[in-house]
Amino acid sequence: MAKKQGAVGIGDLERFVADWGLKNRPKTKRAGPKLEKVAIIGSGPAGLTCAGDLARKGYDVTIFESLHKPGGVLTYGIPEFRLPKDIVDREAGYVKSLGVNIEVNFLVGRTKGIDELKSDGFKAFFIGIGAGLPYFLGVEGENLNGIYSANEFLTRTNLMKSYLFPEYDTPIRIGEHVGVIGAGNVAMDSARCALRLGAKEVHIVYRRTESEMPARIDEIKRAKEEGIRFELLTHPTGFFGDEKGWVREAELLKNQLGEPDASGRRRPVPIKGSERRMKLDTVVCAIGQGPNPLLPKTLPDLKLNEDGDIIVDDNMMTSIEGVFAGGDIVTGAATVIEAMGAGKKAAAAIDRYLRR
Amino acid sequence: MLYKILEKTKLNSVMWKIVFDAPLVAKCARPGQFAVLRIDEKGERIPLTINDSDPSKGTITIIFQEVGTTTKRLGCLKKGDSVSDLLGPLGKATDFGKAGKIILVGGGVGIAEILPIAKYAKNNGNYVLTIIGSRTKELLILEDELKRYSDELIITTNDGSYGRKALVIEPLKSILAKDRFDLCYSVGPDIMMKALCEVTKICGLKTIVSLDANMVDATGMCATCRVTVGGKTRFTCVDGPEFDGHLVDWDGFMMRQKRFVNEEKSSLKLFEAQHKDCRYKVQDA
Repeated sequence: MAKKQGAVGIGDLERFVADWGLKNRPKTKRAGPKLEKVAIIGSGPAGLTCAGDLARKGYDVTIFESLHKPGGVLTYGIPEFRLPKDIVDREAGYVKSLGVNIEVNFLVGRTKGIDELKSDGFKAFFIGIGAGLPYFLGVEGENLNGIYSANEFLTRTNLMKSYLFPEYDTPIRIGEHVGVIGAGNVAMDSARCALRLGAKEVHIVYRRTESEMPARIDEIKRAKEEGIRFELLTHPTGFFGDEKGWVREAELLKNQLGEPDASGRRRPVPIKGSERRMKLDTVVCAIGQGPNPLLPKTLPDLKLNEDGDIIVDDNMMTSIEGVFAGGDIVTGAATVIEAMGAGKKAAAAIDRYLRR
Repeated sequence: MLYKILEKTKLNSVMWKIVFDAPLVAKCARPGQFAVLRIDEKGERIPLTINDSDPSKGTITIIFQEVGTTTKRLGCLKKGDSVSDLLGPLGKATDFGKAGKIILVGGGVGIAEILPIAKYAKNNGNYVLTIIGSRTKELLILEDELKRYSDELIITTNDGSYGRKALVIEPLKSILAKDRFDLCYSVGPDIMMKALCEVTKICGLKTIVSLDANMVDATGMCATCRVTVGGKTRFTCVDGPEFDGHLVDWDGFMMRQKRFVNEEKSSLKLFEAQHKDCRYKVQDA
């Protein structure tokens, strides 16, 4: 079909379903007394979906969110021009209209632990805390001023509305020459935000070629249309700053592609002697995120894989009875739709568990 | 959810003590931990040390100095006003337990952060010698409270208007020259902690410092608070705020602390132009 009529636009179909759903979904709460209390940890796409499904089945659902606004990555990560925040607000509002209680400013593992919530009467838990821990390259000069993790760069911009500084109090500082390291969707979002924040030129620096880029083809296309430049088969080996600690240059090394690695993509192999310097005064490190260990560390019985992701069984249940998990905290960083799918699957499993 | 100001006390020309209604934070806050506060929709998220908590009343106490826009805005709030967001307790709690003879050193508004540590140290059966210092007498806080939890209390002021005319480092040096201590704990301006660590390092006195870094989420997500400790990148919000002072890359940390200095100035200028006589009130969030 792709050959004859063009590929199926899955993303566009998902968009259609979401828009249609906003207008046509049931608005009423389920009547009658509520069933057991269920705690949802994290209000991102996995948590919101899981909470909505459980509320529709009649459970007494509370979402716990550590930030001051619900939505997780939909709120802090994905920029306004790609996902308008009033859509996120409406989605969270819809979940609330189903009777779900959303507690913001509540960090499970610090404000209260899972054991305390158990004694508050919660009978099942869903951990949907996403992949919130930013990875860095581990090269020289990475803590220089002007070098952000993508999480920081996007959170300042989206959640804290730094683009409206000083009307909004949270600052962001953008230089003229911006380098975004990595080529996933988060990297494309960061690059396009940088352009909107006033950068003169924005470079995506990626160690492989365009065909290995993890970003969606559409996002790469949009980045190109907006004038983002691509430094391919290139990776930074260090950053150099001025006397006040501000990044001024990156040292880059050229790669060639070698044998495929564990991900099936051809491994970048540095070419000796190909070092060059590039003028950069802002760097956004968008090379991926891992699981935030804060909550798992409070649960010694919770089994994790070697990356720190939570291990679940076929029913999305973790190694702790009654504690379920889904989304990026289980799979590693993936897509919003996959996280929503995991939330739905977990809601069904929690329902079966509580009815057993 | 709003977090109401139950009490507000002026400590001196630039410092305030606020008691917030925050039952969940109060219930489990421990010495050394902090909270993140946002005044309203347009506000910045800033970390503030929890100076005291009362689980039975459901309150926490914050002591702060007016420095930037957010702290000046906080200074303008009145008893009965609320802030829209307060998250905590965050960071690792103090856990040195019974160390033996402890020397606590607080400078400026950092003295406020020394108080819960002094209480903790005393309750754990340590011998507590406390040195506190400020620029001038008017800015010195919590002397009486610290006396209660210290076996010895030494006061310094830069201008000699109260206590010894010295920086906190000077009495520290003379004490360490003639006496042995098991642990030093310090909170104050970065430059003071850096100088202090140079002194304690020479005599091999283990030193814990509590860093006050710029933060956004403060849950380990944004990494804006990163600091190099012992050659490794650590996050002040979740790995700290306490670190081994001898391993902190002070120059790197101090440079990072200045990364928004221009923006902070322009934000403050705008705030002061708009709120000359402190009539600013928090809008309903």
